[in-house]
Amino acid sequence: MTSPIRSDILIIGGGIMGCASAFFLRRRGISVNLLETDLVGRQASGTNFGNVRRQGRPLYQLPLANRSIAIWRQAQALLGTDIEYLQRGHMRVSYRNRPEIAGDMERYAAEAAQFDLDLEMISGNALRARFPFLGPEVLAASLSPDCGHANPRLTGPAFARAAERAGAGVHEMCKAVSAAKVGDDFLVTTQDGREFRAPILLITAGAWAKRFVEAFGETAPLTSRGPNMCVTEPLPYAIGPSIGVATPETMESVYFRQVERGNLVIGGSIQNPTFPDEYRVYVKPENSIGQWQQMQRLIPAIGKLNILRTWSGIESYLPDHQPVLGPSAAVSGLYYAFGFSGAGFQLGPGVGETMAELIGTGATDIDLTAYRIDRFSSE
Amino acid sequence: MAEPSIIVVGAGPAGFRAAQTLADAGLRPIVMDEARRAGGQIYRRQPEGFTRSHQDLYGTEANRARSVHDGFDALLPHIDYRSDTLVWHLSDGQAWTLGPDGHRSTPYDALLLCTGATDRVMPVKGWHHAGTYSLGAAQIALKAQACAIGSRVVFLGSGPLLYLVAAQYAKAGANVAAVLDTSPFSARIAALPNLLCQPAVLWNGIALTRDIKKAGIPVLYGVTPVEVVGNPETGVGSLRFRASDGTEQDIDCDAIGMGHHLRPEAQLADLARCDFAFEALTRQWLPVQDSDGRSSVDGVYLAGDGARISGARSAEVSGRLAALAVLKDLGFPVDSADLTHLRSAKARYGRFARGLAQAFPWPSEQAKALPDETIVCRCEAVTAGTLRETVREAGAREANRAKALSRVGMGRCQGRYCGLAAAEIIAAEAGVPLESVGRLRNAAPVKPIAIGTARTSGE
Repeated sequence: MTSPIRSDILIIGGGIMGCASAFFLRRRGISVNLLETDLVGRQASGTNFGNVRRQGRPLYQLPLANRSIAIWRQAQALLGTDIEYLQRGHMRVSYRNRPEIAGDMERYAAEAAQFDLDLEMISGNALRARFPFLGPEVLAASLSPDCGHANPRLTGPAFARAAERAGAGVHEMCKAVSAAKVGDDFLVTTQDGREFRAPILLITAGAWAKRFVEAFGETAPLTSRGPNMCVTEPLPYAIGPSIGVATPETMESVYFRQVERGNLVIGGSIQNPTFPDEYRVYVKPENSIGQWQQMQRLIPAIGKLNILRTWSGIESYLPDHQPVLGPSAAVSGLYYAFGFSGAGFQLGPGVGETMAELIGTGATDIDLTAYRIDRFSSE
Repeated sequence: MAEPSIIVVGAGPAGFRAAQTLADAGLRPIVMDEARRAGGQIYRRQPEGFTRSHQDLYGTEANRARSVHDGFDALLPHIDYRSDTLVWHLSDGQAWTLGPDGHRSTPYDALLLCTGATDRVMPVKGWHHAGTYSLGAAQIALKAQACAIGSRVVFLGSGPLLYLVAAQYAKAGANVAAVLDTSPFSARIAALPNLLCQPAVLWNGIALTRDIKKAGIPVLYGVTPVEVVGNPETGVGSLRFRASDGTEQDIDCDAIGMGHHLRPEAQLADLARCDFAFEALTRQWLPVQDSDGRSSVDGVYLAGDGARISGARSAEVSGRLAALAVLKDLGFPVDSADLTHLRSAKARYGRFARGLAQAFPWPSEQAKALPDETIVCRCEAVTAGTLRETVREAGAREANRAKALSRVGMGRCQGRYCGLAAAEIIAAEAGVPLESVGRLRNAAPVKPIAIGTARTSGE
């Protein structure tokens, strides 16, 4: 039997949360091993839409989102690679048959201003003039000029490689099969028979977090779903902001962005069922067709554009659509960051920096109350 | 019991024989075919109104082509034939199609995938210049539209199709500048024991080469392509290559037809979640099947070149055999003598196919030698250098990871034409066996489809 591999911190889960945490922990000089079942950033982190948006988040999430945006803006320099971050805006639009949504957007804009989120309300001729491709059903829009989008396929691996260069141990194809606290240390065994040991354990295992949470006597009603994604063939680059429909109706809630290469990345509408044990998710054709129908409401002229590929990944959801973020309520030295409910991509860098701060200094300025794990224990 | 729903995808030789076998058993299979007219690729029919004879179009294979075409026409009253219909996804036991009437889903009890093949292509520096076609495309231009791809054409690559297309062009009166075979002649000698199990087919191949040479067209073996020389305005200008004696030569041409044998169109088998296995001889991943064409998934059957490249004659046999497997599994009586006969025929064709793979090997060493500036993925303009950097700098060792990081295989063809070459480049750069690089996962839609095909209700 080989001796355990030791570090100050052990991270289970190599999505953007785990990779960013590893990166920022290394910047504090803390030694890290990260264990990933597959390749880093492959599921929720790599297959999501790529929105880097603050707009639309609950107000209490904005401090964390603001911390994140500061990192996104310097990501290329920080990571030493281009993750295709484009700060060209994020726009939500509402339909005529839901005039109340336009009112909601105005109220949100007024409240969000105190969190440095400046939103511009556009409607009528001004909206048509600036976004002539939008369909006649579109009534009003809320534009956040300093939100944007990035390439999710590149982002998780970029944090992982940067963390590695900074000295982190990033172990891919290395599945954690058991975790326990033995004395002052956490002991994690992997499928290939290795043992990792550290006084602090951070669980960033997304849809696979539940097993570890329960192993430490806590609970989180975690479920998983797969985003409904596709990409079109390229056309000349013209659309800066990512644009989505604000609606309470899941079917209607489509969104798209254009990458500089020219393709439109499209997401939203009905999500796909997942098979976390098989590490697979399959796009249902009826979901694709429904999404394409909705896209033609948003942009009537889009019909001639070809879809090249559909895809999905496994995202973890919690009932209140807020993540679990912060220390365990039961076991000292144990931390969590999972359950981002389809809205974690933008937060990833900020979560990494916040967890590193929390673990490194014992405190953080970000209020984590809303994300406590024991919010589920009385249910 | 209600009559089972059996879907045959593809109306080439495999799909035709499968449907015929099912109809003979008193069933009414649904035949879905992407083309407007049945026949598949090698026996592709010319559009209505074109009047060239079978002899002109198919040469030595005229009788076989006629029997497939006439046989299919005779079958029409007994099958549910859906032409011009793309099966773009499989989900929950249903085939999702896009046809003349839009989107539709059809449940199946058995699914026979007879999806055929496309060219397997090794990139060459400059192959993105206009005027570079696959051998299959060059043949379709001739067969379907009576057009040549250029006024002075070079055919490059290896495999039986190289000689067939060149001979067809020569016979049609096109100007063929040369046939450049990347495989050494010695490989053909080594393959003879396997090739001799189909002497008639072997003889046809030899006769084709003889016809080409008789027409005064140079045929060179053991050639290494160096560069398709051209420019963005005028396209292909010449082909630079290294002859087997090591000398570098330029040959003027305005079009190149290239391909290195074929690869199965196995996307639907992947979407059906069939297991795939690596075949060392041809250096590619193939859907797993038993001797009769059963895949690893219950109710999904494989036949023809879509499962394994064995040629049109073999496809007729494997199509019939897979249909018998369907019948047997659904509880219909099946003549065991038929099974035995077809299995041994399929095995014989399999041996011949191995001979062809030996005679016309995929030039994997060329992938390693491609200059960095060579475009590998033509859809997304990803160069060999970018791909290698993805391996070196970002640590990609697996095909799908390299795709995610470099965009290789992310364009209109979804890696159908560049995936196999890209895998070779990744393996060579990473210093790992090709097998460990894996294969690109297939995703719906199988071919690009327009957003507007999804009609909203009321239209």
